[in-house]
Amino acid sequence: MIWDALTLQLGYNATLVTVGAALLGMAAGATGSFLFLGKRALVSDAISHATLPGVALAFVAMVALGGDGRALPGLLAGSALSAAAGLLCVSALTNRTRLSEDAAIGAVLSVFFGFGIVLLTVIQSMSSGRQAGLESFLLGSTAGMLWQDAMVIAIGGAVVLALVALLRRPMTMVAFDREFAAGAGMNVPRIELAMMGLALAITVVGLKIVGLILIVALLIIPAVAARFWTDRVGHVVILAGLVGGVAGYCGTALSATAPALPTGPIIVLVSFALFALSLVAAPNRGVLAAVLRHRRFQARVHVRQGLLALAQGQPIYEGLTLRLMRRRGLIRPDGVATDQGQAQAAAALRDERRWQALRSDPAHEEAAASYDGLTPLDDILTPDQLTALDEGLRPKEVP
Amino acid sequence: MGEEFVVLSLAPIVIGICAAVACAIPGNFLLLRRQALIGDAISHVVLPGIVVAFLLTGVVSAWPMMLGAGAAALVAVGLIEAIRRLGKIEPGAAMGVVFTAMFAGGVLLLEQSDTSSVHLDVEHALYGNLESLIWLDAVGWSSLWDIEALRGLPPELPRMALTLAFVSVLTWVCWRPLKLSTFDEGFARTMGLPVGAIGLALVVVAAIAAVAAFDAVGSIIVIAMFICPPAAARMMTNGLEAQVAWSVLFAVISAVLGYVLAGYGPLWLGFDDAVSAAGMIATVSGVILALAAMFGPCRHRSGARAEPS
Repeated sequence: MIWDALTLQLGYNATLVTVGAALLGMAAGATGSFLFLGKRALVSDAISHATLPGVALAFVAMVALGGDGRALPGLLAGSALSAAAGLLCVSALTNRTRLSEDAAIGAVLSVFFGFGIVLLTVIQSMSSGRQAGLESFLLGSTAGMLWQDAMVIAIGGAVVLALVALLRRPMTMVAFDREFAAGAGMNVPRIELAMMGLALAITVVGLKIVGLILIVALLIIPAVAARFWTDRVGHVVILAGLVGGVAGYCGTALSATAPALPTGPIIVLVSFALFALSLVAAPNRGVLAAVLRHRRFQARVHVRQGLLALAQGQPIYEGLTLRLMRRRGLIRPDGVATDQGQAQAAAALRDERRWQALRSDPAHEEAAASYDGLTPLDDILTPDQLTALDEGLRPKEVP
Repeated sequence: MGEEFVVLSLAPIVIGICAAVACAIPGNFLLLRRQALIGDAISHVVLPGIVVAFLLTGVVSAWPMMLGAGAAALVAVGLIEAIRRLGKIEPGAAMGVVFTAMFAGGVLLLEQSDTSSVHLDVEHALYGNLESLIWLDAVGWSSLWDIEALRGLPPELPRMALTLAFVSVLTWVCWRPLKLSTFDEGFARTMGLPVGAIGLALVVVAAIAAVAAFDAVGSIIVIAMFICPPAAARMMTNGLEAQVAWSVLFAVISAVLGYVLAGYGPLWLGFDDAVSAAGMIATVSGVILALAAMFGPCRHRSGARAEPS
């Protein structure tokens, strides 16, 4: 069943939704990277919650005009308008008053959402509103999705993706360094507006599938996950798009396999799983890599200290040091140094002596700054310099 | 203001006031520490907490659910901190990752489990059921002195009042360390105050207020009351004492006006049905914030305007 879903064998409608969700996820991941890199990830939370009053008002307006209140394009247009109003409120509160951006975000999201709920209860009491099903926009639902709806989502996702590709350079510069971007002659407010506009478009397009409470996850989680794997902006954007796309695709496919698997939450959980994987397994920035790096460093310190102790004929008591040196064949099980151990110990001692000489000599101040007790001096000085240094180490002959 | 008011509206209004004030007081400090969105995160993760509590106990009752919600809030705070430190991720994004994922987990659990027989759904978690907390045993104002009738009060009322008392007393007792560590963490540390513990305690108190309030009034009021009254109060004054006082006033106004507008407003306009009280309370607090942002005496950032030199 899962295999059928993943290979798009579950019928025309499910296939359409799956492809649409994958496109949406890709677009959301790529857009979200710029928000995340600009440290403004949670602005999307305000945007998404602010869509609710727009959805409700659009429904009321369409019913009042005699149309079908549930027409998706109309609802999406309404949600875009009210999300834009929310965005304006956030920026007005941040720029015109003393409130910080996070407070403005929280205020806007709670007030707009509360007002939206008031409007929803109004709609429920309208004669034509009882079966409106607008609650499905809270958590999204793919049940009963029409062909046109899926097309709106797929096209919307593709358009946003194209715009991200088009605007990637200015958006990168603004996300990293607003002053520099302004100095380079860019219109920073307009580019930020475009960035927020793209996030808004994602939110609006994703409302139907993922729902307004969870759409913010698609903007944040893929970007955070991608950040673990690379330090390059272009790669973060592409990877985030991939993570989002995979999450959208697999999430929708999984949720199509059973009735009690709501699409939006499954997509979010799949992307969270990818995030958790990145957190643990990513090279360099991942937790596992950090643990390994720490262990390796610890081993180097212990072995170095053990070798110095050997060279100076001091006994070693520390358990970890003994274990490490035994495993490397530097000492025998009874603690006596092997030939290899003796050679390395002598080398370590000579290195330490050289360092001491180097650090007491003001002429080598620059090289002495790189002393960390582990780096062999051979890596830093040329052979000529080493010979010169060794000259000074010879025991002085009494004239 | 007759018997009907006492039966139908008195208890919800008092509960609303208690919940609003209990959230607004810690909200002041969260706002000043730029942790305002913690309230948002906590109120989202409460959902998986109550669902797990329901699955474990099999009944919808207050205490297990509050314990579950509190545990979920602590798990979320721990996860946010872990992701922030381990992955070197900025706090906003770490929060966004954790609360959306946990909320999604909660929704999934809810859909998977058989909760059709009980009143437990996402809508309830969001809007609460303030309107349904009526005081059936009351016959009029005289019931306030009738022990028998008082016993019939909705259990949310004493619980919320207790939470409010707890939050206020704790804030009052810890006022000086809280104030010091909020405004100048470095100085507080040199004074020997446990800055980290104070920060954590503040989040825990906020979580307690959020969880207790959530049970009665739904998470949307919780988020709104954590942020809007303190933010509006911030525009009215530069003193912390005055700010807390203003925020309490704004919270009370939001709760009362919001409930009255939701319950009676549509009737005045000629409609039959009341609208969501939780949503209306949040809306009123937003209106207050908007007014404060437009006319508040201290609305500008200090230094943003040229000061007379």
